[in-house]
Amino acid sequence: MKSKPCNSKSTVKAGAQIIVDTLIGEGVDTMFGYTGGVVLPLFDKLYDAPINFVVPRHEQGGCHMADAYARASGKVGVVVATSGPGACNLVTGLATAMMDSIPMVALTGQVRTELIGNDAFQEADTTGITRPVTKYNCIVKDVKDLARTIREAFHIASTGRQGPVLIDIPVDVAVAKFSADGPVEIDLPGYRVRTKGHARQISMAAKAINKSKQPVLYVGGGVISANASEELRALAEKAHLPVTMTLLGLGSYDQRKAESLDMLGMHGSAYANYAVQECDLLIAVGARFDDRVTGKVATFAPKAKVIHIDIDPASISKNVNVDIPVVGGAKEILSELVKEVEYEERKNWFDKIAQWKKKFPFRYDQDSQTIKPQYVVDEVCRQTKSEAIITTGVGQNQMWAAQFYKFTRPRQLISSGGLGTMGYGLPAAIGAQVAKPDATVVDIDGDHSFNMTMTELATAVEHNLPIKVCILNNGYMGMVRQWQELFYGKRYSKSYLSNPDYAAVARALGAVGITVDKKEDVPKAVKKMLAEKKPCVVDFRVEREENVWPMVPAGKSLNEMDGLDILERLI
Amino acid sequence: MKHLISALVENKPGVLAHVAGMFAARAFNIDSLVVGRTEDPKLSRMTIVVVGDDRVVEQVRKQLAKVVPVVKVQDFVGQPIVARDLMLVSISAPPEKRPEIVSLIEMFKGKVVDIGQKTLMVEVSGPESKIEAFINACKPYGIKSVARTGTIAMPRQAKVES
Repeated sequence: MKSKPCNSKSTVKAGAQIIVDTLIGEGVDTMFGYTGGVVLPLFDKLYDAPINFVVPRHEQGGCHMADAYARASGKVGVVVATSGPGACNLVTGLATAMMDSIPMVALTGQVRTELIGNDAFQEADTTGITRPVTKYNCIVKDVKDLARTIREAFHIASTGRQGPVLIDIPVDVAVAKFSADGPVEIDLPGYRVRTKGHARQISMAAKAINKSKQPVLYVGGGVISANASEELRALAEKAHLPVTMTLLGLGSYDQRKAESLDMLGMHGSAYANYAVQECDLLIAVGARFDDRVTGKVATFAPKAKVIHIDIDPASISKNVNVDIPVVGGAKEILSELVKEVEYEERKNWFDKIAQWKKKFPFRYDQDSQTIKPQYVVDEVCRQTKSEAIITTGVGQNQMWAAQFYKFTRPRQLISSGGLGTMGYGLPAAIGAQVAKPDATVVDIDGDHSFNMTMTELATAVEHNLPIKVCILNNGYMGMVRQWQELFYGKRYSKSYLSNPDYAAVARALGAVGITVDKKEDVPKAVKKMLAEKKPCVVDFRVEREENVWPMVPAGKSLNEMDGLDILERLI
Repeated sequence: MKHLISALVENKPGVLAHVAGMFAARAFNIDSLVVGRTEDPKLSRMTIVVVGDDRVVEQVRKQLAKVVPVVKVQDFVGQPIVARDLMLVSISAPPEKRPEIVSLIEMFKGKVVDIGQKTLMVEVSGPESKIEAFINACKPYGIKSVARTGTIAMPRQAKVES
């Protein structure tokens, strides 16, 4: 028997139908997820729902896909999993989204209400397990609360500092019938979001900017979440400010512009790090002073007065003392701030920055006989004209993607920043391609990152998604090997595995596979990859022991970078 | 420094887990945490005693406010408040010592609530310092067991101007 259509006049609906109708009411047209015992009632209602549904090969993959879908589209990503193992497999994906403040709603099935706590088959305490990795979670024990709770989940996920919300739904609640007509109002007395910034604080910030001789804008992923790149550009141009970005902030400001200092932090540019250490005013927007950004906190931006614009009051003065906090939405605050700032030439400051830029650009050995991993990224950037959506694994591949791809618009780099989740790149590419079917989506990945989730290649093949995967294959967990080389006397303990023939794996799964082991073959392999209509994996056999430079060793100040001598010798 | 933080929270399942989980995840130390109903059946009040410098407690306050079912957070530091603990304590009390112990209990405005063969159970309430002082005063007799509620508090109202 067919389930009732969504716009049925009938007042009595099963919980599962209420879920589907509420999702559609929230504007959901795409979901990711994996079926299982206790979600059968829900999947039955999804059978003929107008929702594009992508089934991953593992729930973790599905969770990353929903996360990347959200990052690429700006919409809320939705993932479904069954109880027990299904829900447990979401944990890494939820933690990834939580650390990077990505709006997601996860729906999990749960065993029947009366079995909860009895160690039933496929039972896990899902809300208990996922509480620390979600912005909010809850279990719905009464079908009458279902629609409201789902609406609240979307509201919480997509407002304020965004994040994942999980709703656990026992199977009897999905089956129970309820008369669900009329509008459902959300009821969250403890959840308030302040988007408008305090006018006096904004004026104080503007005065500090106007007075500053050596300012730096330090921009994080919050600007991208808030869709505030236009406002950021307006501020940087009007007040004439150099802009450095965190990994997640890349894309918020066009890196081709002269004011861009590119990425800062542990593997950031020398010119960004020097500028931060020398600046007299640091204007942080939607960034959270992560330890990978600050280096040694006590000596971070030692000469600077700090302005911090953030939607999350708890981010203010958490790691670094803030002189002028402005709590609210980046878009609202920047558009107010821009009215009060004045143009200042700051010639000495920009001259100084230009000198650093000239002396210490990101570099690699272009005359090398082997394939340098940076060269692959450089070539991909050149051939995609800085327009592709880039996803990454975690480690050296991620840092080279961040250093050598020049991002020009928001939502262009999709990378697990806070949690540093290896295996994120491939499922993220799938999620991004689902969100942006016409975009070129390239996963710049490491061999060991790719190993973790490569089963999802089958998902890409099934859905005819023309994603591209560039494996920078050095046979190592490259960043771990780099640390072992530098800090553990080159004792490469358990940091290499024997890899399969990735091109053959790709072909076996129905994708296109290419192996490149000669430097001169790189450009045409990239060209062929970009022209492919099928998912395409290119296995670049790169220089095995290349390091990421510069590097601020853990516990050092940002200006104490290693590797600058190596970069200088490459001129 | 000890801070008394009062949080109004939604009275629904899982709220304590959300709050306790946040404290554990962020490595904040709780001295005591008391939850109870309020005049509004939809709300409960949590009174939390946290130890830490101003910076830590500021983070506690903000992180607590971020927990979705937490409606309102107040730090009582520097405010005139009434703070009270309730304690039940069982004191070793052989018959010959009882008059002396009872006079001690009277000095602290305590109440004997149970009399055993060798022990007295006493109820004492008051500010934490008074509770601690009573425990110290009873120590020489031998304390069998202690049960304390933890601190609850309320700000004092402004005095009527004459």
